[in-house]
Amino acid sequence: MLNYILRRLCWSMLALLAMSLLVFAGVYAIGNPVDILVNPQADQAEITRSIAQLGLDRPLWQQYWHFLKGALGGDLGISFVAGVPAITLILERLPATLELALLAMLIAVALGVPLGLLAGLKPESWPARTIMAGSILGFSLPTFWVGLMLILLFSVQLGWLPTTGRGPTVELLGIPVSFLSWEGLRHLILPATNLALFKLALLIRLVRAGTREAMLQDYVRHARAKGVAEHDILRVHVLPNILIPVVTVAGLEFGSLLAFAVVTETVFAWPGMGKLLIDSIGLLDRPVIVAYLLVTVCLFILINLVVDLLYAALDPRMRLGSQS
Amino acid sequence: MNKKAMISFASSAFALMLLLTGPASAADLRIGLSGEVTSLDPHLLASQPNLTVARHVFESLTDVDPQTKLIPGLAESWRALDALTWEFKLRRGVKFHDGSEFTAEDAVFSIARPLSIKGSPGGFASSVRAVESATAVDRHTLRVRTKYPYGALPEELNSILIVSRKHAQNAGPEDFDSGRAMVGTGPYRFVRYQRGDRLELARHDNWWGKTPPWTRVTLRVIPADPSRTAALLSGELDVIEHVPSADLKNIIKNNKLRVSQNTSWRTILLHLDQYRAQPPGVRGPDGKPLADHPFRALRVRRAMSMAINRNAIAERVMEGLAVPAANIVSPDVFGHNTALKPLPYDPEGAKRLLEEAGYPKGFRITLVGPNNRYINDQQILQTVAQLLTRVGIQTRVEAMPMSAFLGRVRKEETAVSLLGWGSFAADLALRSLVATPNPEKGYGAWNWGRYANPKVDTLMEQALASVDRGKREALAREANTLAMQDLAFIPLHHQVVSWAMRADLAYAPRTDEFTFAHHFLPGVR
Repeated sequence: MLNYILRRLCWSMLALLAMSLLVFAGVYAIGNPVDILVNPQADQAEITRSIAQLGLDRPLWQQYWHFLKGALGGDLGISFVAGVPAITLILERLPATLELALLAMLIAVALGVPLGLLAGLKPESWPARTIMAGSILGFSLPTFWVGLMLILLFSVQLGWLPTTGRGPTVELLGIPVSFLSWEGLRHLILPATNLALFKLALLIRLVRAGTREAMLQDYVRHARAKGVAEHDILRVHVLPNILIPVVTVAGLEFGSLLAFAVVTETVFAWPGMGKLLIDSIGLLDRPVIVAYLLVTVCLFILINLVVDLLYAALDPRMRLGSQS
Repeated sequence: MNKKAMISFASSAFALMLLLTGPASAADLRIGLSGEVTSLDPHLLASQPNLTVARHVFESLTDVDPQTKLIPGLAESWRALDALTWEFKLRRGVKFHDGSEFTAEDAVFSIARPLSIKGSPGGFASSVRAVESATAVDRHTLRVRTKYPYGALPEELNSILIVSRKHAQNAGPEDFDSGRAMVGTGPYRFVRYQRGDRLELARHDNWWGKTPPWTRVTLRVIPADPSRTAALLSGELDVIEHVPSADLKNIIKNNKLRVSQNTSWRTILLHLDQYRAQPPGVRGPDGKPLADHPFRALRVRRAMSMAINRNAIAERVMEGLAVPAANIVSPDVFGHNTALKPLPYDPEGAKRLLEEAGYPKGFRITLVGPNNRYINDQQILQTVAQLLTRVGIQTRVEAMPMSAFLGRVRKEETAVSLLGWGSFAADLALRSLVATPNPEKGYGAWNWGRYANPKVDTLMEQALASVDRGKREALAREANTLAMQDLAFIPLHHQVVSWAMRADLAYAPRTDEFTFAHHFLPGVR
């Protein structure tokens, strides 16, 4: 087990290194941040001074080396436009994205698994067909469009929910969260729903396929022959078997929810990490872009580790690190 | 839970929400801003969104009215003692938000602070470039010496917001974001800031100006256009700035809302490469390189200008959000010349001029510009390309995000490029856009085509060196006229800036595009 985790850690470090190099070179290739940020009235001397102050006059490898040295000491650089450490900006926004993604995942799982089961058990019934038709919509409608439609319907037409923004927050263990106050929760509902739709559709299909497959297995037929009640078959035999792929996909998708909630955050003006990334790319705020992607890689690594550990808990056949 | 129970649960939950959503109090004003605010530090980054929020809390020595006319701010009056010395008489009895008195020491400190900020690529060092020294003669008199005669100093000092020396000494951007150093003299004081979301402000009751009607103000940052409109339509906001052109018609028709508009100071223009014999992307109709310097010929520049149907762009592409331009600055701005008229749309005349210039079959160009910076910028590029192609200049469009576009421009990879420019004064705009590039003097930093005209340079320099405003404006206007008759660049249009608000509010639309809560008036019907 320890061996396994150590190996994973080594790979993760390599992934981080490769990622930082790629992003660094990529942002460098787009252009010089001073060009876009400079005061339009600045003269050449001021521009040259700015470039030198930010170290942008040095060759790329030197800039990267400087960054690496800082990064090893936990310093990922200072944002060009906010004047505060990049990592501060990201951590400040992490709770907003985290709670949005968690609620979205919760909605997707809480609705996706039962709906998928329903659709898988009686695939020819009309509720199953309705569910499947709905899941196609969930897949194919673009997120920004659905987001705007949700705003138009629930905020502009019906006036039930706020259109945009995060609303008030409550401190929970020093972390500002929205879901503990009613007003905060109201702000969360629409963006979380919008973010959940695609994952919901995905989970429905996954669970449905798993259910249909499991229902044909010998152990189900055997249980039926024994006279086990239908709901016990589901609970004891079907559900645990289909949960493994569900956990894998949910884990991976949770990572992408965190990292790429960009569209939803933009439409709903949600002050999360995704919006920060887009703004930073627009301004070529390299320290924030690099730090953001590094944090994202770390999150993915962490989530994958948790998923692997969950496997072991769910499936007694899997024993990590003990394969030959 | 069965299905019926689920539906009834959902509907009762929504009913509960309805009960809990009360309207905001009458003295609150909630504004939707369109640009991302990166920092509350007023000296860190010269960006319009940052200055918009900062100007609620801080003020400057000189102010500008909605038409960009210079008016007294924290300085009651100012005059040039001689060609190099300016004296500012400061307003008496002005209080900071902590109750302390504003004095000349705070002004001296604030003028020096931009130069002390390290690691900011877009600060305000250029606004105080001409300043040799600033000294407090007494508590209410400030004397500024310039390195060279400089008539635009009062305009430059408008960009420098006055912070409290006591609170801003040793303060960094994080101290402003947290509110510790957000102590200004302005009409509103800091209450709460959530980065990327909102800034909450409360009225500064000891403000020297006319007490604003709003006790609490919330500035929300909503860059996504449709979301900003939706927030206004839902009643969640009272005001939005930069109304998306696509939504404008519907908002004007909506009798619960009102729109306020004016010609903005932003001029949209095309720079033409005049310095390279074979500018990049410019080719003959057969694909072979042209003889040399095609855009140096005034006839070619005129032909291009005549080929562009500015009225069609203003009415159709911009849906009314533009005014055809013939000037470097828009109508309200210092140095504008009303006698200059846009060249009429004349495709036949353009073809004739091209023929006379030796291009009977036209040539090929690549038009490059941003797609996320100005109102409908990508559509403008495409329309201009079609219009030019119609007279024989086959135009290919490359539109890209501003960050990538500026990278291309700095690498000198573009020959015909779109730029937007806003300025307080024609001579300042000329210095950046038209003056022969001179890195030492800071001239022509945005003169991408390297247009060079010694006469315009001399007039502009004389204008900027005049501390007599009347003389300066005459010179600036003359320089502007000369540059425009010679088509130093091709002016397209001035943008129109618009605000949408509750029908019972009123706002004097500002040429400089700023949105100030304290200028909104209530109770208008």
